[in-house]
Parts: sequence; C-alpha cells; structure tokens
Amino acid sequence: MKTSFILSAADSIRDAILDHESELESLDRAIGDGDHYINMKRGAAAIVELHTELAALTADAALNKIGLKLLSTIGGASGPLLASFFMSMAKVLKENNDDAITTYAAAFSAGAEAIQHRGKAALGEKTMLDVLIPVAQQFSALAASNTEIKAICQALMLTAEEGMLATKALIATKGRAAGLGERAIGHIDPGAKSCQLMINAVCGQLLLSQP
Amino acid sequence: MKKFINKVDDVLIESLSGFASAHHDLVALNTDPLFLTRKQKATNKVAIISGGGSGHEPLHAGYIGYGMLDAACPGHVFTSPTPDQMLAAAEAVHAERGILFIVKNYAGDVMNFEMAAEMLPFESATVLTCDDCAVINSTYTTGRRGVAGTVIVEKCVGSLAETGADLQACKALGDKVNSRTASMGVALTSCTVPAAGRPTFDIDDNELEMGVGIHGEPGRKREAMREADAIVQDVVSAILDALKPTPNSEALLLINGFGATPLMELYLIYNTASRLFTEHGIKIARSLVGNYTTALDMAGASITLCLLDEEIKQHWDSPVHTAALRWGR
Repeated sequence: MKTSFILSAADSIRDAILDHESELESLDRAIGDGDHYINMKRGAAAIVELHTELAALTADAALNKIGLKLLSTIGGASGPLLASFFMSMAKVLKENNDDAITTYAAAFSAGAEAIQHRGKAALGEKTMLDVLIPVAQQFSALAASNTEIKAICQALMLTAEEGMLATKALIATKGRAAGLGERAIGHIDPGAKSCQLMINAVCGQLLLSQP
Repeated sequence: MKKFINKVDDVLIESLSGFASAHHDLVALNTDPLFLTRKQKATNKVAIISGGGSGHEPLHAGYIGYGMLDAACPGHVFTSPTPDQMLAAAEAVHAERGILFIVKNYAGDVMNFEMAAEMLPFESATVLTCDDCAVINSTYTTGRRGVAGTVIVEKCVGSLAETGADLQACKALGDKVNSRTASMGVALTSCTVPAAGRPTFDIDDNELEMGVGIHGEPGRKREAMREADAIVQDVVSAILDALKPTPNSEALLLINGFGATPLMELYLIYNTASRLFTEHGIKIARSLVGNYTTALDMAGASITLCLLDEEIKQHWDSPVHTAALRWGR
C-alpha cells in the first residue's frame, strides 16, 4: 500500500463523514449524547490537515501517525478505539512489508481485535464491532482464497452495511447506548454507522484505483 | 439556543481563560495541550490529577488547589480529554511520589486515562468513581457512572495526599470513599450542548427523567412530574437500596444542582432528604448544598449520600483551598 492511497482514502473518509452530518447527529441524539458527528468531523479534519507530514512517511508510519493524531483530537471513546485500530494496523504492516492482500487483511483484523481489547466488547453488543468483526472475518477469508481486489471491496461494502443495519435490532450492552435497554432497539448504533461509512469510503477509493 | 457565546468553538477556551484569570492566585492554565495546575507546584506528595468532559463546572478545575487536586484535564463539552493532556499534566505536577488519576466511570474517560497511564513514565494508580446508583449499565459505560460523589472522593484523597501518604494509601482511600457513596439525579429539563445548538433530549413540561446522568443521558425512566417530596422520596429509597446503611450510620449529604435549578429549590430538596434519611436512622453529620457537578444548563438535581467513618470525616473536614470549595484556611 502506498502512502498516497492512505491520503486519498483519508480525504474520502472526511467527505463521507461530512456528507452524513444529519444522519450521524440524529442517530447519536437518539441513543447517545449527540456529539459523535462533531468528534468524527474533528478527527477526520485533523488527518486531512496532516497531509504534507504524512506524505513523507511509509504506509505503516503514516497509519501510526494517524492513530496518534486521532488519539489526541477525537477524545471520548471513539478516540482511543480508532487510535488503537490504526496503531495496531500499522504494527502488522511494519512487521510484514510484503504488499500482500493477506497482510492487509491481517492488519485489519489486528485493528478490530485492538478495538475489542480496548473497549472490552464483543460482537452483538450494538457497537462499531458489529461492523468491524464481520468485515475482518470476510476480508481474511477472501484474501486467503485469492479473490481479486474488486470483488473483495464489493463484498466488504455489503457486509459493512449489513452489520451496520443489524445493530438496529440489538439491545446495547456496551458502548454509548448501553443502559437504554429496550429503548435502544430500533436505532442504528452511530459508531457502527461511522465505521460503515469509513469502510465504504476506503473500498470506494480502492475501486476507483483499480483498472 | 440562547447562551452567552461568542463563537461556539471558543466557548471552552474563553471560559477556562476567565476561570484562570479569576482565580490567578490558585491556578495556572496551559492551553496546548489543555490542562490546569495549581499556581504553586506542590512537592513531595502524590500528585492527584482528574479530568473529564467539560460542562460539569466547577468539576474538575474548580477543585484544583491545596487539599484537593494538583491538576485537571478538561475535554471538549461532554467528551473525555485525551492522553496527551494527561501526560503533559502529569509531567507538570509530578512530585516524585507518583500520580493518582481520579476518573469518572465512562468508557471514553476510562480508555483515555488508561492509555495515558500506559504511556506515563511515572508510577501511577487510578481511582474509578461509580457512585451513580440509577442504572447498572448506562450510556457509554460498563458499570455505574461516576457523578457528584466524585467531589467527595477528590476532597478526601486530596486531603490524604497532603499528609505525605503514599500512592497505594491514596488509592485505597479513594476506593473506600467511592464504595461508601451513592448518588442519583433527576432532570426537569434537558441541557443544550453549545456545539449541538439544541436540547440533548426532549422532555415535556409535565415529565421528569428519574436517574438522569450528568450528560442528560437517560436514567431509570421517564415519569410524570409530581411534588418535590415524592420525587425526593424515590431518590432517597434508591440510595438506601444501594448503600444498605446500618442504623445510626453517620453520613455526608450532598445536594447537587445540575446548573439551572436555584439554590432555593436545592435547599428545599435538602430539607426533605435529610428528614427522610434521619427517619431511616441515619445521622446527617456533614452537608454540602450547591452546584458542584453540573450538566450545563439542565434543570434538576442529584442527591448523594456518603457513609462516613472517622478517616473519611477527618479528610472531609481538613482544610481545603480551591476555587469551588474552601474552608479551614
């Protein structure tokens, strides 16, 4: 992976967050405290501002820098969680500098595991993990079976959307909506939504770069 | 939204600048990264650092000073501060005896302080406050939320630290005070986060939110508005259920306003709550009434009961000199 791809993916993540302002805000107002959009916007903007600095780095160093920047700009729970994701991903890329799709899948899985560890949450608790875990599993399976990048991207976008939509029916036991009990049913988890948006943006960017 | 604001993005820094300037004899403000410390750095003691989302003033910066905190890290409104703030604050106030973090139990605060503690080059320990007995699991947390009882923890631990006690002793006292403290809040109106510009939740004139959190997050349930004594009775019962005090226990009773409820009503609540607790055989030996852990402009209040023992009483009574609490010196 080239650092230039990370930069263009960061741009499209920022655009995706900005494009979904009202949706993210209303989801978080329904079952959280209404600040998820503001925090994500602040984080995305901070990464875009880092462009020049990031451009000079290798891909793993750029991802690590992104993690540290998110850690110091987002705050709340999303900050440490997303930071852990990117920093763990960076670690795998640093150790395996082979540009293999299986390495990227392993890096993504390491990121999802870091979020599980930091947030002490699991699948089905109405959090961002309901998007990240199924996507990580599918990514690893497809990469291992030598599926071409285009097909992987399309499959992951679909899985991310399904995972995000599935949070609607869940009772939250972790994350921002825990404690609402059944009152949280019927609302998509805002963290799951923003994760789906980010995966969608990165896959979309990857599809554009494919012949 | 009708608030005293110049630019929404500047609310926090302008407010903190005003705070630091109004209390320039007590505190110093560092803006990048954002943290506040005592004006005079203390020496040879455990450094006590707290922090959390802003919007709960005077928590935490209002408790910086002799007998309480060494530093506080304010986050954006209702958003946890970030590890770089805690690291810089720790660097500034570390006095060779380790760092004790006092953290309210919310997932965001816990994770950010946890990452800071992992990166810290000094010995540290953490007291997690979780005095809110309204709900077992709540918005953004596993376990009970940390609310107004945090002030009592900060006061007692701060007092012990001044005596030169070590890190483990400070942590043990903090954990003890937390375990003997229970709180529950009631909201009559929503708060409005400046950056959001509209109320966090909708609530009718004839409704109240029982067990509300200090960010306006939901509590036990939405109920019909009724007379004060009936509301206070329900909160007192919840606290008694949580603490199960033995008869003749001595206690500290804290009535805390959420920001838009006048002192007149807070004292009315105190009047009822102290009578009800007394009827249950509890001796209200200490009291505190006022706005100590607010939720911006929410109307409502919380009731906190802390079961005292000689050690806690001694550290509650000891001298303190901060912007928001001051006695004995």
